[in-house]
Amino acid sequence: MAENLNQPFEESAMNKEEKRKLNREQRIQVIAFAFMIGITILAFLAVGAEGIPTIFTTPFILLLALVQLIIQLYYFMHLKDKDHGWPSSFMISGLVLAAPMIVALIMLLGVVKY
Amino acid sequence: MVSEATNTRKKSVLWDWLTTVDHKKIAILYLIAGTLFFVKAGLMAVLFRIQLIAPEMEFISGQTFNELVTMHGTLMLFLAVTPLFFAFANYVLPLQIGARDVAFPFVNALGFWLFLSGGILLSISWFFGGAPDAGWTSYVPLASREFGGIGIDFYVLGLQISGFGTLISAINFIVTIINMRAPGMTMMRLPLFCWTMLITSMLIVFAFTPLAAGLLLLMLDRVFDAQFFIPGEGGNVVLWQHIFWIFGHPEVYILVMPAFGIISEVVPAFSKKRLFGYTSMVFAVLIIGFLSFMVWMHHMFTVGVGPIANSVFAIATMTIAVPTGIKVFNWLFTMWGGKLRFTTAMHFAASFVPTFVLGGVTGVMLAMAPVDHLYHDTYFVVAHFHYIIVGGIVLGLLAGLFYWYPKMFGHKLNETLGIIFFWVFYIGFHLTFFIQHILGLIGMPRRVYTFLEGQGMDTMNFISTIGAFMMSVAIIILVINIIYSALKAERVTEKDPWDARTLEWSTNTPIPEYNFAQTPQVRSLDPLFYEKIHGNGEMKPAEPLDDIHMPNGSILPFIMSIGMFIGGFGFISFHMDLFISPYVLIAIGGITFFGGMAARSLQNDYGYNIEKETVESMEKELS
Ligand code: HEM
Ligand SMILES: [Cu+2]
Repeated sequence: MAENLNQPFEESAMNKEEKRKLNREQRIQVIAFAFMIGITILAFLAVGAEGIPTIFTTPFILLLALVQLIIQLYYFMHLKDKDHGWPSSFMISGLVLAAPMIVALIMLLGVVKY
Repeated sequence: MVSEATNTRKKSVLWDWLTTVDHKKIAILYLIAGTLFFVKAGLMAVLFRIQLIAPEMEFISGQTFNELVTMHGTLMLFLAVTPLFFAFANYVLPLQIGARDVAFPFVNALGFWLFLSGGILLSISWFFGGAPDAGWTSYVPLASREFGGIGIDFYVLGLQISGFGTLISAINFIVTIINMRAPGMTMMRLPLFCWTMLITSMLIVFAFTPLAAGLLLLMLDRVFDAQFFIPGEGGNVVLWQHIFWIFGHPEVYILVMPAFGIISEVVPAFSKKRLFGYTSMVFAVLIIGFLSFMVWMHHMFTVGVGPIANSVFAIATMTIAVPTGIKVFNWLFTMWGGKLRFTTAMHFAASFVPTFVLGGVTGVMLAMAPVDHLYHDTYFVVAHFHYIIVGGIVLGLLAGLFYWYPKMFGHKLNETLGIIFFWVFYIGFHLTFFIQHILGLIGMPRRVYTFLEGQGMDTMNFISTIGAFMMSVAIIILVINIIYSALKAERVTEKDPWDARTLEWSTNTPIPEYNFAQTPQVRSLDPLFYEKIHGNGEMKPAEPLDDIHMPNGSILPFIMSIGMFIGGFGFISFHMDLFISPYVLIAIGGITFFGGMAARSLQNDYGYNIEKETVESMEKELS
């Protein structure tokens, strides 16, 4: 076995199916990347452009951030692939636990008492 | 490091323990360290109970009283109970799932040493101007630089370091349970102790992170003059309470869940019945785990966050009673009609149920927001959480100790002494804390160092202190039992001295370093018991006998935690007059820690192999 290792490989060890999958994955990564740059530009535009009211900008940017987060986690960090069930469920439970806390803190630490 | 050399060379005992990455040895280290902190915190409690034995005592000063109370709570929660559960988890959990070790043995060792160095950092505060004195909750502004002594810096950094150790150990447990289960051990065949440890570890991951953030903010306030919690400068003191209790309430469940797990192992073993309602038990733990994050405000009803918030959190708190009730009934139904054997472990497990229920009932009482204005910061609260913590958690720990002792040390603890210990402890516990409910109802505030005569509190405080003495006597009986059994008790060589049900009892005693010569094949819940009924009483192997690959020991975890210790001390020494600059200490600590990390990354440590023949001969010798 070992003596074969320093010979150059003539062709890929992957079969057609695997190659196809890899290509697809690559395409997804590139598209996702382009899309993320796109929404980043949108975010800058929303802040920079005149005439867009702040009431709109803040939730809009937050929404874009959420989209970024999902793409980042699921497409770039492969949470969408199979065998990522446990990491996914941990991420989701973290979100489910943290979201009400943040909401409660924002409401309760304000001036108003509920 | 070359692998063979470290394996075959004879190591000194001390070196062996400092470098071990074996989960069984780390468990013993946790057990010893946790016990020492437990005894220390217990002695502190006896001291301040003596101060409260009679009105206007002058046994200790008010300052010392505050320091003792603070350290008692902090030590008990962070450095006694948590590590004691980690001791059992480390020892039993890989065995129960049929694994050879935890997922990351090196990280496991690092977790222990970090916990210990944080604990020691906290403890040496006595020698540098006094222990922390703002309560285990360290509420600001009492804990701010303006009002709090230097001890609170020790609190912040000690907890930060030991909390870091706890956090990485918890992650390790999660990965172990998810990835290292033997073939056939599906999630719904996981022993309940593993389930509760899994949920506990998740709670640690989600709760210790806010704690770390809060401690960091407090450190910035105290050491670097930030103003997160300083009202005069735009900070917010209630923010600390929120952050603390977002961590703090899950923390109490972090403590009690492993106890649930132990009870759910001990009760079926000594009832000779499978656990009633296994599935509902699992879901109850999950739900409790989730809800425990949604109720933190019940510690802050009197802060004045408003009626809607109070109501929402009061109701959320009360819903926890539902899954808890499910668990309690399942334990009762497990015992119902079982063939009960009242060993010492079973005494503790059975008495856990009523005392824990009592603690839960007072919990629901406290959860009624308007009524809580009466109870808050009185001895009623103290009685409530001690019924949970002592009457629940500590009883669970002791049940686990008596149950797993033969596996861990190769001999049983003496049963007669054990039962005497149980009764003295149990009666002492009720004497100490039951009466505190009434003390609280007639208005004795908590955390005051003395009280006046003629307020109807003299006798009850006296009784409470006597109870504390009784519990100390009980612990002495336990120590005698341990020494006596080590010298006199018959060695246990059989695999399964209790006629138990789970996988840890299918290993040889003493357990060889590789645990299982062949990974067992799990065919049911309670796999060992299943084989006793449907097989020949032995686990069937899931793999052929082969060489076993084991990790090498390493001194790096020890060195890295020394680095953390020195660095932590450096941060504290900003407000001390030391002969050495804090920056130097921080640099030394940082270099040691990160140097250790780099060394670990750069070295090629492939572990070592135990040859098939060695395994065979070891197995023959043991059985
Ligand atoms: C499961 C284990 C439990 C533990 C370890 C525990 C522990 C504690 C601790 C340590 C405190 C005092 C905190 C402080 O002010 O320093 C406390 C207070 C409280 N507990 Fe529990 N508890 C448990 C269960 C429950 C349950 C089941 C309930 C309600 C259903 C509950 C409701 C409360 C409430 C409302 C308070 C606040 C009382 C006040 O400060 O006025 N607890 N608990
Ligand atoms: Cu709570």
